[in-house]
Amino acid sequence: MPNQYIETQYFTFAHPPHELVLKSGVKLGPVTLAYETYGQLNADKSNAILIFHALTGDAHAAGWHKDAKNPGWWDPMIGSGKAFNTDKYFIICINVLGGCKGSTGPSSINPATGKPYGLNFPVITIEDMVISQKYLIDHLGIKKLLSASGGSMGGLMALEWTVRFPGTLQSAILIATNYKHTAQQIALHEVARQAIMSDPNWKKGDYYGKELPAQGMSVSRMIGHITYMSERSMEEKFGRKLEGKEKVGYDFSHDFEVESYLKYRGASFVQRFDANSYLYLSKALDYFDLSEDTDLVGAFKDVKTKFLIITFTSDWLYPSYQSKDIVKAMKANEVDVSFIEIETSYGHDSFLVEIDGQSKLVSDFLKNVTVTPPGGVTV
Amino acid sequence: MMRIDHKYILEMIEPNSHVLDLGCGDGELLSLLMKERNCRAAGIEIDEKAIYKCVERGVSVSHGDVDSGLADYADKRFDYVILNESLQEVLDPEKVIAEALRVGKKAIVGIPNFCNLNARLQIFFLGRVPVTKSLPYKWYNTPNLRFLSIKDFRDFCHERSITIERECALNAQGEVAFAHNLLSDIAIFLIRK
Repeated sequence: MPNQYIETQYFTFAHPPHELVLKSGVKLGPVTLAYETYGQLNADKSNAILIFHALTGDAHAAGWHKDAKNPGWWDPMIGSGKAFNTDKYFIICINVLGGCKGSTGPSSINPATGKPYGLNFPVITIEDMVISQKYLIDHLGIKKLLSASGGSMGGLMALEWTVRFPGTLQSAILIATNYKHTAQQIALHEVARQAIMSDPNWKKGDYYGKELPAQGMSVSRMIGHITYMSERSMEEKFGRKLEGKEKVGYDFSHDFEVESYLKYRGASFVQRFDANSYLYLSKALDYFDLSEDTDLVGAFKDVKTKFLIITFTSDWLYPSYQSKDIVKAMKANEVDVSFIEIETSYGHDSFLVEIDGQSKLVSDFLKNVTVTPPGGVTV
Repeated sequence: MMRIDHKYILEMIEPNSHVLDLGCGDGELLSLLMKERNCRAAGIEIDEKAIYKCVERGVSVSHGDVDSGLADYADKRFDYVILNESLQEVLDPEKVIAEALRVGKKAIVGIPNFCNLNARLQIFFLGRVPVTKSLPYKWYNTPNLRFLSIKDFRDFCHERSITIERECALNAQGEVAFAHNLLSDIAIFLIRK
């Protein structure tokens, strides 16, 4: 059992009339962000590392909540003596704007109506998420971050931080990510969104306090899980194994183990996530394009951050070539970047499960990063 | 103990230079250049395990092959591009040298000498493809795709108007003073276009 439980903290800002102005031009406020911290911030505030979660993650990255069955989503990577070593570093993880795990999102109460926002919640972008996170980092009095890291959607946020706030991030670790969604990535998200929106219980997002669009959410999660694995990892895990029977049933009940696995994953998703948040966050991912205002090379013009970029050979959702394009654009700008493609069969999920290689890379990479505080003394 | 080829490469490189090592392995040479010459260093390496060692050493490294790794860089971006013990393993050495001299003001090329005395004797007396200290593989397991001698590389440079600024021929005892092509195991060239 852990000697100390982790508690989620909350920070509320952008109270009217000082609302957050979103990329779409719409104003949103007040905004609450749920966050957790692990380790101690040192005296000159030079040991802070920001961790970003993926699409359906939350602020609970590590340690244990009281009475919880599982630790935080990246617990093997964050803690005493681990890659993000809490004996040395102060780790912060924030639930994204638009999420449903304590930060303001479509399931939050709209102060104007006293009811959940639902589809009245404004469309948000990765840029909006990052800007809201900066408010919290400023609130914590941290001027420079030693590093920032995340996989998948988390990697996009890390990337956006380096470009939007040049000089703030000493280093960044991007894992299994890219800089814009391709047609295939958008298409997979759209199928997942359509599954939710075609559920009669979705009711244009107005299902709070009523029956949930459970069937749609479940299907969307099944699609998600297929994209997070690789053909080989599914073959190794399930093959054609049958679930609870000797022979196939020649009916449409479940025959194969992979079918019940997906059904189980889908059902548990309904319990832990909000359907509207899934729509908003997946859309934010699809909208993101670091090269929309300039070409990708131009995007890194002022970037001084030191990067470690990690991809996985079997990740077909965020294939390595997309990260290689980022590396290429960084090199054209003389950005200090290291890139590695880890051989593994776990697909996109590798960033959550392929711990040994990532741990070694992350801890060694961080050892060679230092923050120069305003006094100019390197620590 | 510093490797003898590393010692001589170190001597060829001006302090505070910006260096790219193609096929940097576990980053030992780049790490030395950072410490001993205060260089800014980057490497390209194909072997995943070697990348971990580079990151451990604080060497910035990209996972990829030498043949395609140079296209990412602008002209004359580096003071030196190093190809130590890697040229013989690339698919298109001609293109790699041209690219190395495009992105680097100078290049340092280290090659195993296929025509040293030991190799010649093995071919002559044993009638078999030689296995030597600098070419320790059998024909069926060698990573080497190209087999060249010091004279071959000189000719190659001459035909392309590449200037050899320095040629350093080495064997286990150190620098070879004369008869480079006969007496040395490896040679290191400092070249420029």
